[in-house]
Formats: sequence, C-alpha cells, structure tokens
Amino acid sequence: MLQEALVFLLDVSPSMHNLLPDVSKLCHMIIERKFFDNKSDEVAVVLFGTQDTNNELEKEVGGYEHVVVVRAIKVIADDIFEVLSDLPRGTTPGDFLDAIVVGMDLLIKKFGPTNKGKKRLCLVTNAQHPIKEPDEGTKDDQIDALCEQLKAHGMKLECIVARGKFTGVADKRIVNENDYLLSRFSGKGIARTVFVEDRASLLGAIQTRTVSPVTIFRGDLELSNVMKIKVWVYKKSVVERFPTLKKYSDKAPPNSKFSTHEVKVDFEYKSKDNPNNIVPPEQRIRGYRYGPQVVPISSAELEALKFKPEKGIKLLGFTNASNIRRHQYMRDTYVFIPEPGNRKAILAVSTMARAMKNANKVSILRCVWRQGQGNVVVGVLTPNLSSSDNIPDSFYFNILPFAEDVREFHFPSFNKLPLSRQPNEKQQGAADNLVKMLDLVPSGKGEALRPEVTPNPVLEVHDLFTLYYLR
Amino acid sequence: MDYDPDNLFRDDEEDPEGEFFQERESSKEFVVYLIDARPEMLAQDAGKSESHFHAANRCITESLKTLIINRDYDEVAICFFNTKEKKNMQDLDSVYVFNVPEREELDRPTARLIKEFSHIEEKFLTKIGSRNGIIPMTRENSLYNAIWVSQGLLRRGSSKNVDKRILLFTNEDDPFRHVDGATKSDMIRTTLQRAKDVQDLSISIELFPMCRPGTEFNTYKFYAELLGLEGEELSEFLPLAAEKIEDMVDQLKKRIFKKRVIRRMAFLIHDDMWIELNSYALIRPTSPGVITWLDSVSNTQLKSERSFICADTGTLLQEPMERFHLHKNEIVRFSLEELSEVKRISSVPLFLLGFKPTDCLKDYHNLKPSTFLYPSDEEIDGSTCIFVALYRAMLKYQSSTHPQLVALVAQDDMIRNGVQLEPPGMHMIYLPYCNDIRSIEELQNHDSDTIPRATDDQIEKAMAVMKKLDLKEFSISQFANPALQRHYALLQVLALGDDVDELPEINDETLPDEEGMRRPGVVNALEGFKAAVYGENHDAEEAALEATKSGGEASKKRKAETAVKEAANYNWDDLAESGKLKDLTMPELKNYLAAHNLPVTGKKDALISRILTHLGK
Repeated sequence: MLQEALVFLLDVSPSMHNLLPDVSKLCHMIIERKFFDNKSDEVAVVLFGTQDTNNELEKEVGGYEHVVVVRAIKVIADDIFEVLSDLPRGTTPGDFLDAIVVGMDLLIKKFGPTNKGKKRLCLVTNAQHPIKEPDEGTKDDQIDALCEQLKAHGMKLECIVARGKFTGVADKRIVNENDYLLSRFSGKGIARTVFVEDRASLLGAIQTRTVSPVTIFRGDLELSNVMKIKVWVYKKSVVERFPTLKKYSDKAPPNSKFSTHEVKVDFEYKSKDNPNNIVPPEQRIRGYRYGPQVVPISSAELEALKFKPEKGIKLLGFTNASNIRRHQYMRDTYVFIPEPGNRKAILAVSTMARAMKNANKVSILRCVWRQGQGNVVVGVLTPNLSSSDNIPDSFYFNILPFAEDVREFHFPSFNKLPLSRQPNEKQQGAADNLVKMLDLVPSGKGEALRPEVTPNPVLEVHDLFTLYYLR
Repeated sequence: MDYDPDNLFRDDEEDPEGEFFQERESSKEFVVYLIDARPEMLAQDAGKSESHFHAANRCITESLKTLIINRDYDEVAICFFNTKEKKNMQDLDSVYVFNVPEREELDRPTARLIKEFSHIEEKFLTKIGSRNGIIPMTRENSLYNAIWVSQGLLRRGSSKNVDKRILLFTNEDDPFRHVDGATKSDMIRTTLQRAKDVQDLSISIELFPMCRPGTEFNTYKFYAELLGLEGEELSEFLPLAAEKIEDMVDQLKKRIFKKRVIRRMAFLIHDDMWIELNSYALIRPTSPGVITWLDSVSNTQLKSERSFICADTGTLLQEPMERFHLHKNEIVRFSLEELSEVKRISSVPLFLLGFKPTDCLKDYHNLKPSTFLYPSDEEIDGSTCIFVALYRAMLKYQSSTHPQLVALVAQDDMIRNGVQLEPPGMHMIYLPYCNDIRSIEELQNHDSDTIPRATDDQIEKAMAVMKKLDLKEFSISQFANPALQRHYALLQVLALGDDVDELPEINDETLPDEEGMRRPGVVNALEGFKAAVYGENHDAEEAALEATKSGGEASKKRKAETAVKEAANYNWDDLAESGKLKDLTMPELKNYLAAHNLPVTGKKDALISRILTHLGK
C-alpha cells in the first residue's frame, strides 16, 4: 500500500555545490528509512539549477528551463541510491518556484486527486537566486494559485533552506524576497519551512519516517460540569524504537526459498516440585507478591474488584508553574489540540493558554483516556502559544509521579560540605568560564543541537549497517 | 551498581523496564526498627494530637508498606525498649521484640505484621507497657540491652551482601540523666563499648531524634559519640528540629530508606578531566508488580520454561544468537555482538557537549523519568569539588548541559520549615531526538483567518477562573495512585484471608473537589469564562447541533431496515450448516449482524463466530 509519494526538489546551482554531499546524505537517510518501513513508497528526484533541461512541462508548454527530472516517480529501488550519490554540479542559478511546479506536475500526472495527504514535495535550496517574474500577474498571485493547487490535491511542501555559514556571498535583497515568498507558502498552512545553519540540523531537518499520528483521546476537557472544551490528544514525543529484529534459526534448510528462518518461542509452566508435571493454562492462576506471600487472584476476581475509573479529562486546579519542577515529568509527552474546525474550542484553548502564560500558571489534570482503563494519570498542562497565524494555540501535557513513585532521599547541602571539598574562587571562576565558553546558544546565532533537528545516531547506524549487508 | 558504559543508555528492546527494575536482591538490607517506649515518647502534649511514639509508628508503617510495594527483599525486625514486659532471645529486661505468627523475628514484612503494628498503640499500654528503663539505684541499662538485642536479631547474613542497620527512634538526648556518679560513667562506657562492637560487625546505627517544639535534641550530649560521628560527618548530620510534627514525619521518612545508587558513572568534562557521579532514581513509576503464576489446585508456584523451536523444521534450538531483518525477501543477519556495536556510539558514559539556557528545554523534551546525579569522591578524588563548581556556575547562568542528548539541570537545595524539599545536585533529563518528536500542531490544515485568538477581555475572564481554582500548596507527592492503592488493599485482604467484602473503599484523591467546584464564586467565574468564549447561547447551540445529529439516528434506522431486507436474501442456517459463511463478503455478513442488532466490528473470523453463536451453533 502506498504510504507516501515523495518528490525531492534539489537545488544544484553553483552556490550549493559545497553543500551537495550533505544534501545527498540527507536524501539517503530518508530513503534508507523508507527501505525498512515503507517499501512500496514512490520517490522522484528533480534537480534544478542544472545546465540541461529535461522535464515534461518544458516540452508541453515551454519555460521551466534548467530543471531536470532525473528519476521519474516510481517505487523505491536500488537505482535511486545511484542517482543520489552522483548529484551533478549545476551551472545556472536555480529557480525554486519552477522546480515546485515541475514537482507538482509529476504528482498530479501520476495520482490526480487520489492519495490525498500522502504526497510530499521536499525542497532543499539556499534560496539566494532571483525568481523569474511570471508571465502574468505577480509572484504573490502565482504562489497563491500554487497553494490552491497544493491544497486541492492534498500535497504538502517541505522547504529546507540553508542559511548562516552555508550562504556564501548573497544579495540581501533577493534573499529577503525569497524568504518572503517561502513564508507565503507556509502562511497558507500547506508548507513548512526550516532554516538550517549547520550540517547536523540539515540532516535532522526532515522527518525521516512519516508516522500517521493517532489520537489518544477525543472529547471534553472538563473544567467543571458546566464548562467543557473539546480537545484531541496526541503523543508529542515518543521513543522511536530500534527496528524489531526476529530471532534467526540456523537449523532451517539453508538454501530452500521456503525457509522462513523464524524461531517460535514456547513457554511451558511446570510445578517447582515436580518438573515433569506440565500445568495446562486453564489450571494456572495469577499470583501477586505481597511481602513474602504470593497471593493468588483469579482473573474474574481481579476484574470485579480492580479500580475502574470513568473515562474523561478533569481539571483539578491551577497552580504556579514553579510548583512543578522539570525533572518531575515522568514519561513521553502529549499535546492537547482544540478539536479541528471547532472555532469555539480553538478560542477557548487559546484563551486558557494565554491566561496561563500571562499568570505563569499551569493546570493539573486527571486523565482517563479510555473507558475500561485500570488506572488514572495526573499530570501538568502547560500552554503552548502558537507562533504562526495558521496554527491554533495548544497545550503540552506531562505526566507527574504519584506519591508511591517518589523516593525522597536526603543529600547533604553543598554549602555544608567541608571547605576542602568546595571549590575556591579561582576554581569557581574557571567553572563559570567553562559554562560561558561552551555556550550552545551564542547570542545572535541560533541554538545548536536542537533536539528537533538532531537525528538519532543509533537508528542511522543501524540502517547503514543493514544496507551494507544487502549490497 | 555497575560500570558498564554500554548499559547507560541501554535500548530496552527486550526488557522494557530493565533499567528501572534492576535486580534489587543484590543489595538486600536487614533493618531493626528500635523504638524508645519511655512514657515521654507516648505523652501527648497539650494541643498536639500526636505523640512521638505515634509519629514513629506512622513512619515505620509507611516504610513497611513501601517495602511491600517496591517488592524489596529487605528484612525487618521491630523492637521496643523501655518496656514493662520483656520478650527477646537473650531474655534481657525492658526490651520487647514485636512479632506476629508465621514470621521470624527478622523477616520480610507480612500483611499481618503491618496490620497489627499499625494498631499497636491501642493495646500497647496493657500488653507491653511503658516505663523508664534507666533509673537510679538499679544497674539496669535498657539502651545497652536494646542494642544487644538488635545485634542478636541481625546475626544472620554476611555483611558482604547484606546491609545491616539499626534505626533508633527516641526523643531523649541524654538517656543517662537520671543516674549520676560512677554508675553514670560506667553505664555510658559500657553502652558506648556495646555500640562500638556492633559497628565493628558492620552494623550501622542511625539515629532518628525527635524533639518537642522549643527544645533541641542535643546530639553532642551523648549520641554523637555513640554514633561515632566526627568532624565532617557531624556537620552533615542535620538534627531534626522541626516545629511541626508533620514536618518531622516527612524528614524521618526521607531518612528511613538508604540511598541506593543505581550506577556510578564517569563524566568527561574536557580532554582528560573526569569526574565521578553517582546516579539515583528519585522518581520511578511503581507498578502492581509482576505476575507469578500459580497452580490453582495446589497454590504452588510454577516456573516457566522457554524453548526455542525452529519454525521451519520443528527442531529444538539453543537460544539463537543471531537476529534478522527481512528485507524484500532477503534476510539480513546480525549477531548479538554486532547489534551492541551498532548501538554503542561512544564509550564515554557522559560527555559534556556544552551549555544552554534552561528555557531551551521545552516541555515536550521528555521521554522518561529523570535520574538524579550527585558527586562521589570514591574513585576519582576531587569530583565533588569540580561538580560543585560546575553546579554553581550552572545555577548562576540558568543553564543545562547536553551530553548524548540528556540535559543536566542543576537543582538548588530547597528547604522549607527545615524540610529538604529538593536535594542539591543535577537532574539528568533524557531528551528526544528528532525521530521521536512529532509535529502534531501542524497536522491540521488551517487558513490563518479561521483561527480565532483570545482577546484581552476573554483572557481576563480565564484569569478569574484560575484565581478561584488555585492549588496553592500543590506538590507532586500529594496524590496516592488509586489503582495501586486498590490493588494492594485487595492483596492485603486476600493475604490475611479476610472476606473480600471487607475491602475498604479507597479514597480516590485524584478526583476534583466537587464541593469546591459548586461554590458560587467558582461557578460564577466559570460561567463568565464560558459566556466570554462560547457566547451566551452556547448550550442552545450545542443542543441544536445535537438535534441535527439525531437526524443521523433516522438514517441509522433506515440502514438497519435495509440490512434486514438484505439479510433476508440468504438462508443463514443452511450457510452455517454447510460452512459456507466464509464465502460471503464482509458487507454481507455485516448485514446479518446489523439486522440482529449485533456488533459489526472485528475481523471476518470474529463476525462468523458471532453469527454462529447467534444462530446457536
């Protein structure tokens, strides 16, 4: 089944040349990931800023020069690695708007209006060359028209724009105009633009794997019996697992193509006194440890007597943000968004979030996500004010520990340590300097090593390893 | 505690909770709770409802329950001294070892022990009795006896793999004040000697001093020497001087458990500058525990045996040492060594990458509970000094550091009413990679003009709600987990052999305060907020929306009618008899189910079996 059709739009104009090895690596990573998760995905590669021209639009209507479709849209296969490893160095300034149109044309010709939401254009450029004036109307009009098309066909556009030390000598005016044009795309809510300034964040700029997120909860956030806000809850951060591997059986016939090489794991329960006596499943009963005793409970008894809360999200109250400390967050995090399309909910969430932000408060919630769930969670809701006009305000939610989860130990205060174990002034000065020197957020520059754009090296190594073996 | 760097950020593939539940058995503890039972301990001050004896009792009961919930293998004994009655192996006066049937004196806590111990006060005066054991004119020394009995209780187990501790609860800082002269110095000498002998056997004595408001427990009078505290240690020993008994109980609770180091790790700050840290798990989720399977006939424990069978040939295998990944029908094999190589990026456990202001640490930069770090000078001298310097610098600049995508956040020592709320040190927060973060907020396509933002007036109304519903003294440990409480209450009832009907209703503390919510001030604030964001006629509008939905009801009815019609086209009995149900399509099967008001969800097999059940086959 098609998970996604992806078109790479890669700028190979001269100013991009020193960046191309990294661009190639980025695309490699995305394809490698797809190789494992979504083998039937289709991918195309379009280059712009090339010397030649080769695309259907040029043949049909003219224009669209220096845009080359090096790989038409089709299922991932080995050939794509060759294409990506050998990106030609272009000779002309690239026009990313032309490339976007060519990419859209590929997707529309192949899929028409089907597969909405599964079509993605991924543009990598430094956007420092001028965009041609359209034949009629203004550039703004042209972009608005493109947005209409993107929306109608359910296509998404991701723009990765190299800036900072990547940008060589560039005309400030052109760069600013291009930034404006790109922001016009994102303003319409179908595009995402990421500016990257170093190698690591370039490699992390694109979600290598696309997950279609599922709601954990849809329903009311109950401030009280009378005041409720319709929200949807999703996971915001989840550990991306190392791919699950199967156990390998070396006893299977080695050359038969019917060999699965899989291993079945069987569990047998035997009584401790008599190891020959295998106890059948229906004769087993659950036991839980209570001190030295193991207390047997039948499933029916447990089901009847266990804690059964009602589904729902209830507000317990608000408290000062300083009452919750960052290290008390227990697990991966959730995001509460207002019910999509529900203006009232969007407004209510916005109001609450902004009020909380103003007063520096957080709210404490009690959540039961599903009916029949055997436990509750208590957590803290923090406001997340949107910085973009087309994204509603939302909340982040973090689970807090219960009394049983906290182990409070007493540690001696550093001020009470004997002087021999405390730093002297000089040592303290050195430490202060270290903190200043190793600042990852130097003023005036962007934050380095942002988790949002830092890929997991283990997953990367794993993919490379597997591919190495396949070759 | 291990030094294994590979394990530090271990991928919990096969053992999802591995890190949190490292085998505790290796560091087992034997603890004697030694409780002073002098009349002064039992006395209740005017205006104060709780005696020191009761406070000690409460702390110990709670710590016993914690032992149960944490499934520790620790063994405990409870021993009173300064009692009228005596009960101990050495038959010494004034010492009473408390126990319940079916339990050794030093043993893991049982349900009965906890139940009876928590109710001991009711019967204490009549059954055990209280008196001052050190009085003039006799040479009796109850403290000496108590330490001796404790030592006797702790005779089992080698000190190599067992930590032995005596926890002494008393509110008397000068136990020998009633005697004087040669008798006094003699008694002090022998008692100190006894304590020293005990400590030579690697049994530690810890003091839980309690005192009345206005008075001070003076450790120097006697106990400093008994505990062998000197210089440095004495300065670290904080006397418990709390105004409120509650605060005192809090402090006692914090000290009852020995700090367990999860692992010791090295932190590379620069080139070859290492410091050594101990990590502690201060917050970890507690679960109802693993299931032990029992034979329901004999109630004996079963042991499970795992066998590996080759799926192709059925041959029994040794545990396979290779894993594979199926890729387009090609098998990619990994050996376990290769796998661990893949997962190991760096051999340095903690590596300083740099610092960032703490506001770069966003609320969603979290994956699992944090780990607490505190310096240790055991292997690398000077660790504490460097750590403290770094820590102070970080506090000053409000920064957090970033090694291997964990953030270390410096936590200042926080003390309120003499209670340490937060210990000083650094919290290690596990950060997500970009692979782990999902951009949910951008999921929905919105046009910017469809997104309303709050006006100042509306925000004002929300602020009013917040003011009314403010939890002033909120602290994270104020809620007990209702599911866990219920689970253990049930186990306790079953363990005692009581009737489950006697299961006490647990109080779900996590429910909102309904009564408070009904206060007029709160209701008004909420109504004001509601009207401001939803408009005055919200309920009516919702009802109208509901009504259009019930139009959906009508269509549902129509659907059901069609289903009945469609379903009538088949002879279901015949189809079921001949096993031809599986030849029908899903919609056809669903017609039957819908026509008979049965659920239409599930896989084909489920649908067929549902139909068969309905037909009574």
